Amino acid sequence: MTTKLETLPAPDKNTAGAGKPTNYRKPAKRRESRGTLAFSRAARTRALIKHGILILAGGLMIYPLLWMVVSSLRANELIFREPGLWLNSLEMGNYTDGWSALTHPFGHYMLNSAIVVIGSILGNLISCSMAAYAFARLQFTGKKLFFGIMLLTIMLPFHVVIVPQYILFSQIGWVNTFWPLIVPKLLATDAFFVFLMVQFIRGIPKDLDEAARIDGAGHPRIFLRVILPLMVPALATTTIFTFIWTWNDFFGALIYLTDPDMFTVPVALRAFVDSQSATSWGSLFAMSIVSLLPVFLVFLFGQRFLIKGIATTGIK
Amino acid sequence: MSAISELSTLKRRNGPMTAAEKKANGRDNKAAYIFLLPWLAGLVAITVGPMLMSLYLSFTDYNLLQPPEWVGLDNFIRMFADARLHNSLGVTFTYVFVGVPLQLGVALLIALVLDKGLRGLPFYRSVFYLPSLLGGSVAVAILWKQIFGTTGLVNQALAMFGIQGPGWISDPSTALGSIVLLHVWTFGAPMIIFLAGLRQIPVMYYEAAKVDGASTLQQFWRITLPMLSPIIFFNLVLQIIGSFQSFTQAFIVSGGNGGPSDSTMFFTLYLYQKGFGQFDMGYASAMAWFLLVIIGVFTAINFIAAKYWVFYDD
Repeated sequence: MTTKLETLPAPDKNTAGAGKPTNYRKPAKRRESRGTLAFSRAARTRALIKHGILILAGGLMIYPLLWMVVSSLRANELIFREPGLWLNSLEMGNYTDGWSALTHPFGHYMLNSAIVVIGSILGNLISCSMAAYAFARLQFTGKKLFFGIMLLTIMLPFHVVIVPQYILFSQIGWVNTFWPLIVPKLLATDAFFVFLMVQFIRGIPKDLDEAARIDGAGHPRIFLRVILPLMVPALATTTIFTFIWTWNDFFGALIYLTDPDMFTVPVALRAFVDSQSATSWGSLFAMSIVSLLPVFLVFLFGQRFLIKGIATTGIK
Repeated sequence: MSAISELSTLKRRNGPMTAAEKKANGRDNKAAYIFLLPWLAGLVAITVGPMLMSLYLSFTDYNLLQPPEWVGLDNFIRMFADARLHNSLGVTFTYVFVGVPLQLGVALLIALVLDKGLRGLPFYRSVFYLPSLLGGSVAVAILWKQIFGTTGLVNQALAMFGIQGPGWISDPSTALGSIVLLHVWTFGAPMIIFLAGLRQIPVMYYEAAKVDGASTLQQFWRITLPMLSPIIFFNLVLQIIGSFQSFTQAFIVSGGNGGPSDSTMFFTLYLYQKGFGQFDMGYASAMAWFLLVIIGVFTAINFIAAKYWVFYDD
């Protein structure tokens, strides 16, 4: 059975990230008006002006980030004197100071964050894909109602549930553990991803399920052997977004993690800001850079999935 | 299809299944509920249960130590008289209704510039997108605190022109503005949605318009904007809902107290202080429900207003 499936075409690349394929026209078609005629002088000037504007705007956007990187490699007193990006010497002192400025070495907090992130990713992947399979492929009583509720919960403000959630988790003794941050993901409460996966599964030809069913496969088997392997792009998008959102999550960690042993990176940084004397901006910047680095790396390598994920779930 | 349009079409497609559909699918209640089990458990234990619980708590006085005590509408009456709460509403409204249009405006503008088959699109797109990934982090909030500080980057730059800038985040009249700016800075995500939307507009519309001699501006008003309106609407709804819940940036920039003189005291920040600073859980729950109602009302207004300006092609 598996060999037969492998020969079937995978869903069109355009559907990656769960959108409907655009059947209006090929994306390239709109561009044809450039290029066919030789570039007129006016068009060229216009393009140049555009590039100028974009480079200026982009530079302005990115400048603070670049400046933070450079400043983290400068002597402390220069941070409040030197707006430029020029480095005279490379000072790693901020990094070594910052790494050990809190109760634990900064790596400890990164490890905590990593545990929460991995738990959340696994939770989201498993629970959301299961729910998505049911919504996209199965007929059941109350489907429309549940689907509607699921969509509504995407927009539900977190604050409406946080107080009772806190009470619940504190009563079972989970404050200062990672469970309150991970368990909700195991229960598919990030409905956004359920929706993203539903959209993606809808794009997978139903013939594949049918073929497997004729071969005698039940739903668990169809889900595991047919759908999951085909929805890898949606799973990748989910993984990346979960990574970034969980890594950056401040509110949840602020509420549930009050013991410095359990701090994740955002709350550790916050403790650093609160404790720092006026002279340690350099090391504060250094640790901020360290905390942004994983997100930046994910951005570099997972950009394709990020952009597709955003673009296709956003389109009507 | 976005979640929003899906929701609004849900009713329409709610008709009974056709006989053919029934025959083809049958019902798999057992399998379906097994697949849905984690989600259903989450719905009950993490979402709906706590929602109802917080509704109940909003009518009580509860500090986590003693059992909740029923006080009727007391919390809501207190809210009515709470000047700090009114101020926090004002701060939040300013943030949402200045920040969101500005952010979406910039996003649309850059998307339009990027759309016209420009070289280096992926590069520009990445540059503009990156801040929206990092903008929610504590690290960037820390950076902001420095940049807009009295001797921060902005004032260092101004000093080169001989201008003595104020301490942007220590001055109550500019502190909120610097946080709004941080929100605008994260325009990358809506920009990408706009870019994708622009690609969906059939090229023949523009060709026809050109034949009729329409100017670029006319094309923008008559084709681009109407065709893009569902996506602008989508962004507007989501950004408004999201911005009402903003917390991290104001918390970090103000050092957790919403200062100076409550000028960055977001509603959510005040809610946090009440609930998790003073453990006034009943009052915090009442505030949370009030926030839900506010967001619900503005979302409803958005949907009603959409009838007059959002154009659906199909």
